[in-house]
Amino acid sequence: MSTEVWITIAVLTVAAAVTRAVGPVMLGGRDLPPAIRGVIGLVAPAILAGLVVVQTVGAPEGGAYEIDARVIGVGAAAIALSRGARMLTVVAIAPIVTALARLVG
Amino acid sequence: MRPATMAGLMPSGEDTDKRKRFWRGVRLGTPIAVAGFFLAISFGVLAEPVMGNVAPIVMSATLFAGSAQFGALAVFAAGGGAGAAIAAGILLNLRYLPMGIALAPSLRGGALRRALVGQTMVDFSWAVASRGDGRFDPYLMMGATAPCYPAWVGGTAIGVFAGDLIGDPAALGLDAMFPAFFLCLLVEGELRPGLPRTVAALGSLIALALIPFTPAGIPVIAACGAALLGLFDRPERAPAAAEEAA
Repeated sequence: MSTEVWITIAVLTVAAAVTRAVGPVMLGGRDLPPAIRGVIGLVAPAILAGLVVVQTVGAPEGGAYEIDARVIGVGAAAIALSRGARMLTVVAIAPIVTALARLVG
Repeated sequence: MRPATMAGLMPSGEDTDKRKRFWRGVRLGTPIAVAGFFLAISFGVLAEPVMGNVAPIVMSATLFAGSAQFGALAVFAAGGGAGAAIAAGILLNLRYLPMGIALAPSLRGGALRRALVGQTMVDFSWAVASRGDGRFDPYLMMGATAPCYPAWVGGTAIGVFAGDLIGDPAALGLDAMFPAFFLCLLVEGELRPGLPRTVAALGSLIALALIPFTPAGIPVIAACGAALLGLFDRPERAPAAAEEAA
């Protein structure tokens, strides 16, 4: 087991460093064609939307939905956000409501 | 950096500005670092019986990527080997590819410098550094990551060595905190009317549809594909790039 763990750490470390470097090295420091810029400007909303969905209703190990107290917590945060609450308030509400829901449930 | 600037003898507006943006990032990143600290404790608690004392801490220090670490740990905990753990971790880190591509045009300097700045990319700091018009503030991103790194490594160590005393802090509802963060950043920073809203809606639908059928990591990458709608956009945002050249 131990060797497997260390091989995993080494490979994932190198892979992560390369993955984080590819874009900046290949495409950095120059202006790109307008079509590419249009796509790039939309990566943030697309990724953030995906992360919100996956981390709210996805099972942590992947491959399945998992609807639990998290959904209530994130839902409460979303309501607070729509009412104009500040970011720190919104972000504090999510774990508090989730923890309360777990206590009750 | 430059002593003359710090003494106020030769004030450089640009350096002062960069420092301000960095420190603004540190302030924005501090609450995330606190959340990350507890999440890291959770990682240490769960990893110690599976990976031992040293490996989880080394992993946090060199990989510095929560979802990939939890993903690889889950494979080992289920009795899987290095191949499956590596595959899981790589899939969960794959989103750094489009994130880095999006960041790239905002980076200046040589290739090595750009590669190093890319290493400071984590979900939150990348998202908070996005200005909502396709440009990123790399100084703010580095500032936001700065408090997260020691919190992540330190939290892992505490989880490994003091886990028995603390228990698993994930029970506190921490798992709801990060999606709430991302929701705030999405709604307040990215949802300009028009195409960005369409892309966000499409991205969430894609992710939602794929969750039950794909391994962890794929739904987010696929959601990123919604950004390709930008190919059909009239490039009216083009002037935004010119301002950075100044």
